[in-house]
Amino acid sequence: MSTTAGTATYYDRKGLLGTLGRDGLLQVILIANTIIMLAPIVIMIFSAFKTTPQIFQSPFGIPDFTQVGNFAKIWTQTNFLRYLINSFVVTGASMVLILTLGTMAAYAIGRYAFTGANFILMFFVAGLTLPLKLAIIPLFMLMRDLSILNNQLSLIFVYTAMGLPTTIFIMTGFIRTLPNELEDAARMDGASEARIMWSIMLPLVRPAMVIAGIQNVVPIWNDFFFPLVFIQNDDLKTLPQGLTTFMGEYTTDWGVLFSGLTLSAAPIILIYIVLSRQFIAGMTSGAVK
Amino acid sequence: MPKLRMTGRGLWITVLIVPPLAFVALFIVYPIISAFAYAFFDWQGLKRGAYVGLENFHTVLFVEPYRSWTLNAFKNNIIVFFALMVLQNGLGFILAYALWRELPGARFHRIAVFLPVVLSTIIVAYLFKLFYHPLFGVVNITLKSIGLGWMAQPWLGQSGTALWSIIVAQAWHMVGFPTLVFLAGMQRIPGEILDAVRMETESEWVKISKIVWPLVAPSATIVFTLLFVGAFNWFELPYIMGGLDGSPFGSTDVLGLYFYRTAFGNVSAGQQDFGLGSALAVLIFLFIAVIASVITVRLRAREIQI
Repeated sequence: MSTTAGTATYYDRKGLLGTLGRDGLLQVILIANTIIMLAPIVIMIFSAFKTTPQIFQSPFGIPDFTQVGNFAKIWTQTNFLRYLINSFVVTGASMVLILTLGTMAAYAIGRYAFTGANFILMFFVAGLTLPLKLAIIPLFMLMRDLSILNNQLSLIFVYTAMGLPTTIFIMTGFIRTLPNELEDAARMDGASEARIMWSIMLPLVRPAMVIAGIQNVVPIWNDFFFPLVFIQNDDLKTLPQGLTTFMGEYTTDWGVLFSGLTLSAAPIILIYIVLSRQFIAGMTSGAVK
Repeated sequence: MPKLRMTGRGLWITVLIVPPLAFVALFIVYPIISAFAYAFFDWQGLKRGAYVGLENFHTVLFVEPYRSWTLNAFKNNIIVFFALMVLQNGLGFILAYALWRELPGARFHRIAVFLPVVLSTIIVAYLFKLFYHPLFGVVNITLKSIGLGWMAQPWLGQSGTALWSIIVAQAWHMVGFPTLVFLAGMQRIPGEILDAVRMETESEWVKISKIVWPLVAPSATIVFTLLFVGAFNWFELPYIMGGLDGSPFGSTDVLGLYFYRTAFGNVSAGQQDFGLGSALAVLIFLFIAVIASVITVRLRAREIQI
């Protein structure tokens, strides 16, 4: 911020924070915090490349990164790959539904002035902070009645419904700010409403879709609770749920345990490091407005 | 033909609105309403029995052993909430303030503080469970290696430290969230206000308490409310780190875990009761809704006064 440079000397004169200076103290806090944030992740990744005795003897030592025996064991001897694919399928299908349905509703509410538009928006947004976990018993019964217990559709449907309120909230706000001129011109030329939406407005909506997408993809990818209740079959488990099975099987082989955790964390850590700006904007966008 | 066009557009709007509306109605609104209805019936496994009025509520609130379980879980949730208020949101505010200065490396620190937030809670739970291991965990090994061996203990294995150990894991996982919400609030403070204050006072404390803190009030409202809802919904970390029964001795039991255990818990031990589970869900839900709206209204009022 613009305030930094001008104030540094001013505050350095104050005796209160001593020789460090105020910014020095804050810098120390930040560095200490960053070490605390990164250390567990670094230890996890290091341990993934160690044998169990190595982990116990030198927990902080830098491993030989060519030792990938733990990963090989996971790849060949467990259902890990299956869990990973399941997570991709469930998250992917949910995201497609959330973005499609969310854009449809947001477009209707944001672009057309019709009676009840605000009421419908309120209906959607009301679902925003409701803890759906507490409705798990009726949800379980509903899934049973729909015969999709122990079926990935149950997860996809719940995630879609959970994702819609934030998506519609973010996207309606965005869609309302788009200019009318293009739309009116196309309407004058005789384009249908569907054509206007698809060819003219949707390309403009992409930034809001990215934000809404990130805000939903992380909690869905990471969710553990709904698979715990809905899915029993090991072949259908998602990654966080499969991880509990996995951790239960290898309780004494810490090398394998740590590589399982590393393997589960790797995709999202890698994407986060590449797209950190979009991630942070996406995940805090609902709260920052 | 304006009339025909209107019906065409009405139909189009209906086509756009109905599918998403149906999803939210079927998978959010209907289950939440049903959760209330379920609490008034007796349940035999998955079969709904007779209407029993308020009996389920009476049981979980006043009949032993449910009464003690309910109170214990509630008490633990209160501890969790206040501890996270200090550890997670308090540290978050300090970190946000430090990041706001844009000191060298601020971008890197910002990426680091948010990194744990993107991890799955299950990964965090197991990672810390391994770290807290009494013999091989890095926490005790570190304490021994720096001469604090007397502090080493079975962190998750004794009632005195188990809940706090899980709270620390939670704070590590989520501190990045309030940090960035506070930071966004601080970045919206106009530079003129800060310049004016700098002329008036030399005290950093005055600046924080009189200017920064009041001006980030909207951020505070949001992180306090979300923390409250989250703390009283807390499930995954205690489930993995303390177990289904909140061991040892119920010291890590919280309402979310207790509710899940009552509803879906150990079927073989006869511990599966949708009626009592629903009553608990309704009580937790009402508690969260009432307190969260009080928090929001009071904090919003504070925002406007300033």
